[in-house]
Amino acid sequence: MNEPKKTRGWIDGEHAIIYQRCEQCGHSWYFWRSFCPGCGVSEPECLEASGRGQVYAASMVHRAPSQELRTHVPYLIVIIDADEGFRLMAHGESTLTIGDRVQARFVEFGSRLIPYFEKTDEPG
Amino acid sequence: MSWVTGVGLTPFGKLPHSSTLDLMSEAARAALDDAGLERGDVDGLICGYSTSMPHLMLSTLFAEHFGIRPRYAHAMLVGGATGFAMAMAAHLVVESGAARHILVVAGENRLTGQGRDSAIQTLAQVGHIDYEVPLGAIIPAYYGLVASRYMYEYGVRERDLAQLAVLMRAHALMHPGAQFRSPIDVDAVLASKPIASPLKLLDCCPVSDGAAAFIISRDLTNPHKVKIRGAAQAHTFQHVLAAPSLSHFGAGASSADALAAAKVTLADIEYAAIYDSFTITLAILLEEIGLAPRGGAGKLAAEGHFSHDGRLALNTHGGLLSYGHCGVGGAMAHLVETQLQLTGRADDRQAGSPRLALMHGDGGVLSSHVSLVLEAA
Repeated sequence: MNEPKKTRGWIDGEHAIIYQRCEQCGHSWYFWRSFCPGCGVSEPECLEASGRGQVYAASMVHRAPSQELRTHVPYLIVIIDADEGFRLMAHGESTLTIGDRVQARFVEFGSRLIPYFEKTDEPG
Repeated sequence: MSWVTGVGLTPFGKLPHSSTLDLMSEAARAALDDAGLERGDVDGLICGYSTSMPHLMLSTLFAEHFGIRPRYAHAMLVGGATGFAMAMAAHLVVESGAARHILVVAGENRLTGQGRDSAIQTLAQVGHIDYEVPLGAIIPAYYGLVASRYMYEYGVRERDLAQLAVLMRAHALMHPGAQFRSPIDVDAVLASKPIASPLKLLDCCPVSDGAAAFIISRDLTNPHKVKIRGAAQAHTFQHVLAAPSLSHFGAGASSADALAAAKVTLADIEYAAIYDSFTITLAILLEEIGLAPRGGAGKLAAEGHFSHDGRLALNTHGGLLSYGHCGVGGAMAHLVETQLQLTGRADDRQAGSPRLALMHGDGGVLSSHVSLVLEAA
């Protein structure tokens, strides 16, 4: 873990959540860029996250945006505060509630691979 | 200084056999008639966008169709905030002297022309194309996520949000143009079909056909003396994942700046027009602006505080939730109703004789904010 990465992880079909960090100002973020959105320095680090975090928000979706995904409803969409200091969106087991400690695995959803979080007893 | 000299609004709902340009023309004609102007008097045009008829040059297209040759024209896109952002732009352009009478217009046949499923798919693209959209989120899901956190932090219950849907419906019952005109109660909202928890069908605005227009003028054209006294914006993020906070979105900063520009305070406001795409949107905006205490908007609504005969009348036409939401024209209906209230022309819905109104709109997922202060001079 925490080794420099050249892909965007699950976005590119890999079993990984990738984030970026600026060595200059220490800012961490999720949406890939070639520079730090905080201070503008170029070539930030790309790192693989541990997949551990805490549920920040959760919504059970009963209405899919497309025909392809309609067979999957309902599904729980969660926002996770990753332990590395950035925030990501994913799916999660239906019983998750705000504040739960969670661990990621990866599942197929439609034609994509996406992160899926489950409750864990491991402390943060 | 600018004046809102005329307003026009079509009914919202199912308006079959009307195109985007038909609906825009109908609202524009009504606004011109209301202002007492001829189409040749219009020298500025600002229009919104139409998801059912995407076009690179909608303002030029509409100008040609409607039969005007403005010397200033463009379209604008900031999602749900577009209507009020166009009003602010028109205000600034009129103040600059670049135009005398600006027609601001938007409308579309989003329900019958594009269809609900296609509209939902288009609107879902407000999410991040790589990091959010693949998860199958629809707009109500982004707002459902926001709601889950906001309710957790401030102890808001689903029942509290339902009060806001009931209020908007009660107001819509008094407007002949509203899409929904059958009464609902809190239990009906709570029992409505789940969409994206905690939001249910009646927590969500509908997809509608419709259009709205207004004329922003440098000089008065009739006895309707409503001026734009202050305007401000705040744009804090695009994607919900990038929101710095899910309780301070920018509405507080934007409205405070608009009030400061108008040299008035929140306590001076006698009418409110607040964007209500979902019940949670309305709750958060009212509370972040300071028109209700945190977690308290639903309770105030239940007590009649925001009713047309209450302390601070709010969205007396029924808002997006019950008058309807045809895209850009949706929030513009709030401005049309505000102008009618400030000129004492809101029929049975008239809320006393308000002099100062605060309007606030948001686009995206509470990402883009525009506030306006209107005054009856």
